[in-house]
Amino acid sequence: MTARERIAGNVANYVDERTGAAAWMKKNLNKVFPDHWSFLLGEIALYSFIILLLSGTFLTFWFDPSQREVVYEGSYQPLAGLEMSAAYASTLHISFEVRGGLLMRQIHHWAALFFMVAIVVHLMRVYFTGAFRKPREFNWIIGVGLLTLGIVEGFLGYSLPDDLLSGTGIRIAEAIIQAIPVVGTYLAFFAFGGAFPGEAFIPRIFIVHVLILPAIFLALITVHLMLVWYQKHTQYPGPGRTEKNVVGYPLLPVYMAKAGGFFFVVFGVTTFIAAVASINPIWLYGPYTPGQISAGSQPDWYMGWLDGLVRMSPPIETYLFGYTISWNILIPGLIIPGLMFTGLALYPFIESWITGDKREHHLLDRPRNAPNRTAIGAMALTFTLVALINGGNDIIAQQFHLSINQIMWFSRIGIIVLPPIAFVITKRICISLQRADRELVLHGKETGRLVRLPHGEFVEIHEELTPEKKWLLTSHEQNGPLELPEIDKAGVRRTDAIRNKLRSRMSAANAEVAPKVTSKDLNEIEHH
Amino acid sequence: MKRLSRYRRHRAAAPMLLIMALLAIGTTFSVASATPNKSALALARSAVIEEGKQLFLKGCSSCHGLNAEGGAVAPSLIGVGAASVDFQVGTGRMPMADMSTQAMRKKPVYTPEQVAALAAYVASLAPGPAIPGDEYLNYERDGSVAEGGELFRNNCAMCHNFAGQGGALTQGKYAPTVMGVEPVHIYEAMITGPQSMPVFSDKTITPEEKLSIIKWIKSAEAEPALGGASLGRVGPVTEGLLIWTLGIGMLIGVAVWLAMKAR
Repeated sequence: MTARERIAGNVANYVDERTGAAAWMKKNLNKVFPDHWSFLLGEIALYSFIILLLSGTFLTFWFDPSQREVVYEGSYQPLAGLEMSAAYASTLHISFEVRGGLLMRQIHHWAALFFMVAIVVHLMRVYFTGAFRKPREFNWIIGVGLLTLGIVEGFLGYSLPDDLLSGTGIRIAEAIIQAIPVVGTYLAFFAFGGAFPGEAFIPRIFIVHVLILPAIFLALITVHLMLVWYQKHTQYPGPGRTEKNVVGYPLLPVYMAKAGGFFFVVFGVTTFIAAVASINPIWLYGPYTPGQISAGSQPDWYMGWLDGLVRMSPPIETYLFGYTISWNILIPGLIIPGLMFTGLALYPFIESWITGDKREHHLLDRPRNAPNRTAIGAMALTFTLVALINGGNDIIAQQFHLSINQIMWFSRIGIIVLPPIAFVITKRICISLQRADRELVLHGKETGRLVRLPHGEFVEIHEELTPEKKWLLTSHEQNGPLELPEIDKAGVRRTDAIRNKLRSRMSAANAEVAPKVTSKDLNEIEHH
Repeated sequence: MKRLSRYRRHRAAAPMLLIMALLAIGTTFSVASATPNKSALALARSAVIEEGKQLFLKGCSSCHGLNAEGGAVAPSLIGVGAASVDFQVGTGRMPMADMSTQAMRKKPVYTPEQVAALAAYVASLAPGPAIPGDEYLNYERDGSVAEGGELFRNNCAMCHNFAGQGGALTQGKYAPTVMGVEPVHIYEAMITGPQSMPVFSDKTITPEEKLSIIKWIKSAEAEPALGGASLGRVGPVTEGLLIWTLGIGMLIGVAVWLAMKAR
């Protein structure tokens, strides 16, 4: 034993005798993680969150969350001598006088965009591979919660500087609060401490933005990761991978090195973008005044689809018992997003109700092998994308010399017509891919090599797949539809007949697949 | 009268009378001798107007009518003033290339002299806003950037965007960018209200304020991209586009590379 090893051993022993950590560490540092690039998407979100905490703390050292009127005396001349809020003036101060301040502001804002992009991409990976199935439904719900809170947190964040664009966004938020029937006006007064804009809103959202929501984020992210730890990570199907094992690398040293290194890559890429590309140039927007507005006012992208829904909604209002109900804001601003997030959160339960599958799943699905789920995902994405495009309709109209009215009508019709089309097309593509897999297993890969047989016939050589590949293409489950009875044994119509009929029909639609290759098929081919 | 006649024998009376007489003669002479000059100027102007009329008849009258009285597809130009012509023709918007939505800024068809002739001809039909002189346009000397920015955000940004990059209007119409526009054309646009734009009279926005707006526009034009690539100064849409393409693209690329190396 060298001197160094002896010292290290003594230190470890000292700590272990006082904490008893060795047994726990030994067990957990050898924990195995499966290796796939798509399993790193959630990590991008985690690392962006850490970057947000670091850069955000830096910004709070100088940011003054106050709507008190001050006269600008800083170095940016085009705003010299103007009256503005202390919040806006201090953001200008961070941008132009604090050393590295503008870079930090841009890192913070780009990291926020990365955070939301990574959450959405991670959600798509989890959804399309069926990783949300039992036992991970709760973690799915936590993830949906993080997505929702992320949208709110981002909105509050870019509302803080009190520039012309952010004030416009707050004004729209106020309108959406006011659209809540009966109590909307009171709620708006409550949130703003009186009439818009008042002096209370920015100090309030500041505390929500830097204290309350980050604390909730930390708690939810911790539970999210602990559940992954406890339930083990899912893995893609393949030879040697079962529902009962995890194939991959131990946490130390390989996975730890990769994950740690990836943090620095994410930080580096964020800093690179922040250093070369401007984001939210608040000095150009000018200070917020309710009387001003800029053409092409937009929210950040994760709010853009909501803005798009509001922009496409027809002007419908009803006047009932002395109250105005603004359906034109209520439906796109509250009801549709409410339904979408509820549907997203409940999806694991809905799917297991339709399939009747209550078993645990640790092996992921290939998206093509769950055609219905993949098609529903494509449908939801199409809906959101049409809404997002309409959110930028003025910029699109301006840049591509189109008519804003035509884009709006395209979106109004498209948001109803395109999602079902996306569903059908995606489902057909999935089933076609299944058929292609079947062909591949049965007949092997086409090599393009033509051979002429002695009697003159031409044949193409097909190369048989490796056993590993065959396993990958045939190991998935194909469960038939549920056939729930409408009539009980005594020949009487059951009380739940209608529900059973609906469930059976949905289950049948869900079970529509191209039959996978069985060993019987393969045997037949060999005897051929 | 008595008071005046009391001084008639004053010793300053004679020189005073002489000075007054000289002044009277000088003024009369200068008025009389100016007359031929003035008529020469009028002659030159009528020649310019005549040239403008010929250009108008060739290039504009098919839509605007032989006497600029307007027609089915084009408005009357009687009373629009020289400023309007200088803006529309000087920025290449007129003659129009196609009549679908609105006249686009393009390379001018006429030379500056021809534009001046056309402007003189249209101005001769009826009084209207004149081309602003240089004393209204010296933004490098006069005006205030901060005040101009405030006025711009109050009056212009709702169509032309916070940084003057332009924006969309209804039915395919648009407010063009104000970047790279001659100060005189910006001024003329404000006083004539071309196409969808309202007129900002000198009562709404004084000439000094107009100059401040021009000063702010020129300052925004010259402002370097302080935070890195400006992404077009059109707000969060291009930022979202960047993060969804280059941004997440780079990180997914690294993730694929990281997962690959282990094999």
